[in-house]
Amino acid sequence: MAAVRTSSEVALNRVAIAAVLIATLVFLAPIYWIASTAFKPKELAVSVPPTVLFEPEVTPFVRLFTKRVQMQKTVDPQVYEAAPWWEKRIYDGGERVLKVGKDVQLSQYPNRFMNSLIVAVVSTVLAVGMGTFTAYGFSRFKIAGEADLLFFILSTRMLPPVVVAIPMFLMYRAVGLNDSHIGLIILYVAFNLSFSVWLMKGFMDEIPKEYEEAALVDGYTRMQAFFKIVLPEAATGIAATAVFCFITAWNEYAFALIMTNRRAQTAPPFIPSQIGSGLPDWTTIAAGTFLFLLPVAIFTFLLRNHLLRGVTFGAIRK
Amino acid sequence: MASVALTNLDPASRAAARGWSDLTIRNMFIIPTLVFLIVFNIFPLIYSLGYSFTNFAANRSEPWQFVGLQNYRELLSDGHIWSNFVITAKYVIVSVAGQMIVGFGLALLLNRSFPMKGLITTLLLLPMMMSAAVVGLFWQLLYSPSWGPINYVFGLGDFAWLSNPDSALYAVAITDIWMWSPFVMLLSLAGLSAVPQHLYEAAAIDRASWWYTFTRITLPLVSPILLIALIFRTMEAFKTFDIAYTMTTQPTAELIAIRLYKQAFQQWDTGKSCALAYIVLIMVLAITNLYVKYLNKVKER
Repeated sequence: MAAVRTSSEVALNRVAIAAVLIATLVFLAPIYWIASTAFKPKELAVSVPPTVLFEPEVTPFVRLFTKRVQMQKTVDPQVYEAAPWWEKRIYDGGERVLKVGKDVQLSQYPNRFMNSLIVAVVSTVLAVGMGTFTAYGFSRFKIAGEADLLFFILSTRMLPPVVVAIPMFLMYRAVGLNDSHIGLIILYVAFNLSFSVWLMKGFMDEIPKEYEEAALVDGYTRMQAFFKIVLPEAATGIAATAVFCFITAWNEYAFALIMTNRRAQTAPPFIPSQIGSGLPDWTTIAAGTFLFLLPVAIFTFLLRNHLLRGVTFGAIRK
Repeated sequence: MASVALTNLDPASRAAARGWSDLTIRNMFIIPTLVFLIVFNIFPLIYSLGYSFTNFAANRSEPWQFVGLQNYRELLSDGHIWSNFVITAKYVIVSVAGQMIVGFGLALLLNRSFPMKGLITTLLLLPMMMSAAVVGLFWQLLYSPSWGPINYVFGLGDFAWLSNPDSALYAVAITDIWMWSPFVMLLSLAGLSAVPQHLYEAAAIDRASWWYTFTRITLPLVSPILLIALIFRTMEAFKTFDIAYTMTTQPTAELIAIRLYKQAFQQWDTGKSCALAYIVLIMVLAITNLYVKYLNKVKER
């Protein structure tokens, strides 16, 4: 902007900032609605008019993690008194927590959440590990047909998941990899590998070649130079790439829907399947959604300076 | 591929004499990735290309027969499939146009300094980082005709966004615009901040109007990056599956990816769905090609 500002420019600036604030509120409203519904009493989640202010409670999370059944008669007062606070909340709702002996029976949610975590973490480590080596290769060595190879690598990322899933489903069925962690991990590595190569190549290109050349002159082998000089320099890039791969794998839906149904099912296909028939319990669904979205929200803040690079496969940086 | 590639690395160099040669390291670093991608992406596609010429059905044990191009012929003359493509085209146009307008508009508003700019920008970017399937599911509650906050705020009574055949597709597109406008905003902000300040200063000295400055300086300089955002979002919108699949079951919102999923995994018409997958694949690869071309163009600048 020009150094001297007219009064109309100042006014325009104020209007623009006000518009930004309104837009931010509009964009955050759906996220607020998820977060707030996760802490609402059941009846307020579907109230008319919609409830904005209320006394938050954690009962939806208790419901999310436990198996429950509807009670036919009211609970014995002695049993009620002896129950821990969270179990009382379930009794208050006319349900009881299912138990085997003294052990509370957990719902499927924690298991699905763990599946998501296992698949996302393992596939991220593999994709970023392989991607870092390959990116270094592309960044430092002459390769015939480099542009074509890089295009080939990127194009695998662009394949529609359902298209790849049809043959993969048949192949997995033949070797017994359907509904397994390994099967899903392989698909996510394949999906994230091209992304990791492209992003890491951008980071590798930024590390001056002179660093390794100096190390080579000092008697390092190329491998020593790579592990002792290049990798530490690339640490930030590796971390950013890893977080992006993690989020992609964490959020992925189509492959998980097609390839898993029980043992290895991840949270994205599981959460919508909870809706079932009849009136859905939106507070419990919101609680599950809230816990599932929370890590991504935190990671977005950690990644904020790398987001542009990440979404353009490393092509555009600030 | 890479193993037969020529290299100009000197195998007799001093560095190469110690430890592994650069050539070995290069191959060791690159070949596993290429092999992995070929085995798990290209090989399956060759496999399904084969099936696309058969009447194979994955849920039956009867032997399948080679049917030649029959699957492709049937698909291309199937009015149902064409209507899926038309629905997809409508969806792509509405949601991508919406994202470009909202995203670029937001970027124009954000392209000035004000307190907490970084925080607000990051908050605006949150929707695109989240799982489309899970967020889409939750929009069902937001759109609910009986207790949804959207109808309440806009006074729409019991308008059933997602179960009305006329509005279901556009309701999904609105959610997609909400999710992905931040993407266009992020790219546009990068484009806007790269416009040299002295151009604006010169325009101010010449007392150029805001509109003139915008159309003659801002737009031309930001357009390459806007084009990248446009192509990328077009490609992604064309492939859309999760958000539409979890939000609505309306046939009027049955995008081509959903049609493909149903044909393959609900009707188990495997051979034909492999053929449809190939038709979709060729279209996606054409857009990908365009995308990479422009990406490289911007990169060189």
